[in-house]
Amino acid sequence: MNITVARLTVRGLLGRRRGLLLLAVPALLLILSVVIRAAAGQDESTTVNILGTLALGTLVPLLGLIAGTGAIGPEIDDGSIIYLLAKPLPRWKIITTKLAVAIGCTVVFAAVPTYIAGVILFGNFENLALAYGVGALIAGVAYSSIFLLFGVITRHAVVVGLMYSLLWESIVGNFVSGAKTLSVQQWALSVARKIADPGVVSSSVHLPTAIPLLIVVTLGATAFAAVRLSRLTLASEE
Amino acid sequence: MTTISIDQVSRWFGNVVAVNDVSMTIGPGVTGLLGPNGAGKSTLIHMMSGFLPPSSGSVTLDGVQVWKNQQAYRQIGLVPEREAMYDFLTGQEFVLANAELHGLPDPGAAAQRALATVEMEYAQDRKVTTYSKGMRQRVKMASALVHEPDVLLLDEPFNGMDPRQRMHLMELLRRFGADGRTVLFSSHILEEVEQLARHIEVVVAGRHAASGDFRKIRRLMTDRPHRYLVRSSDDRKLAAALIADPSTAGIELDWTEKALRIQAIDFYRFTELVPRVAKEAGIRLHTVSPADESLESVFSYLVTSAR
Repeated sequence: MNITVARLTVRGLLGRRRGLLLLAVPALLLILSVVIRAAAGQDESTTVNILGTLALGTLVPLLGLIAGTGAIGPEIDDGSIIYLLAKPLPRWKIITTKLAVAIGCTVVFAAVPTYIAGVILFGNFENLALAYGVGALIAGVAYSSIFLLFGVITRHAVVVGLMYSLLWESIVGNFVSGAKTLSVQQWALSVARKIADPGVVSSSVHLPTAIPLLIVVTLGATAFAAVRLSRLTLASEE
Repeated sequence: MTTISIDQVSRWFGNVVAVNDVSMTIGPGVTGLLGPNGAGKSTLIHMMSGFLPPSSGSVTLDGVQVWKNQQAYRQIGLVPEREAMYDFLTGQEFVLANAELHGLPDPGAAAQRALATVEMEYAQDRKVTTYSKGMRQRVKMASALVHEPDVLLLDEPFNGMDPRQRMHLMELLRRFGADGRTVLFSSHILEEVEQLARHIEVVVAGRHAASGDFRKIRRLMTDRPHRYLVRSSDDRKLAAALIADPSTAGIELDWTEKALRIQAIDFYRFTELVPRVAKEAGIRLHTVSPADESLESVFSYLVTSAR
């Protein structure tokens, strides 16, 4: 961790319009939860549905996308990253700091709101709110590292990230069952299943498969991002 | 005392050769890297600052490779050409962040010193977004100076500066050079380089065209053959009279342009010759214009003469 890098990243992320977007998405989830609770009352299957598709399926990848790519992409795009790189600072330190900030954002703007939404919808019965909250936290970590990597390796990180989360995680995952084994969302669900009371949350991946995959993907993406950052070249404008 | 060595360096991007077998040594004092746009100056500076690996050859700082060597930045201060900075910061916050990233023992004091050096204290609490181009350039400069580097690399630092800011920056760079630091700046304007740098390296189309004292470069540039386009009341008669003089190397009758294309070797003698000859022969001169005064042609002459 480097405090200065963290400070610059946080200000870059929360400043501009991205900060508002980061706030708006979880606010929407919370408002929706209040409305549904008032209209439909306390219902287990509604809660699982909302937390599964809306929170874990949409909010968390979206926040991971905004925070992960936003933590580094704009600086590489406009070239201001040069001020971080032209320093006697190991590149992996820059990456891990930016990852920590991105994860922090997903915790504050995705995992915590998911937990609160769960409590609003269903109280803390059957450990449901906690299960999804922890699931969102874990998915947030994995998404942050994946999207941070996208931010380093491509100038179209947001598009690539959207394609990944829309095409792979939603569409392909729903039609090809094997693809679910390689889905961050399913890994997070398998953790949630373990925490919640038996039979409430379902996941197509078993925990012993999910945990190693989560660790490998997160560490692998981070290491790869650090390697790519240390080979970052400035394209000549000539 | 720090020396940058560029040894048989080439750099290509796909099929395009940006830098072609360049070798140069840049020592303490101010060196100007001169060349037209697209000559490969930025590519060279990117390689010297460790942001681009050479395709072949080596770029070293006191014998140590620069590429993928983050420790080199303790010695290097870089002023990039691109405008983007952390625009949401104030000038002071920006320079302070740079000081902190260098891990300086007292970053606040270092930042203040650097801001004072570039005379930006008066605007240090304003956001970078509100700065003019010249002010941005000075804050970039402060961020590059904050750790008092031995080597200062500046990519087109005078672009967009007004004359006063330009003089101020020149003064500053001169001072660094006099302190024994190695200062290298790029420019495509000869006068700019001449005013500031004792030593000049010229690159043209990716090649190292000339190297040396500015007087030598200046002489190379004025001694080259000059081409003129001349129209007169009697082109043939004028041509005959001019070719008799040794200052004229060749004359061509251009039928489509209805003009003479003249190549002169001795610039001063030729400029005096043309009106005299015309007057003596009773010929009216309609046009006398230099055909190749563009910087590109001056430079390309240097390349051919350097071989």
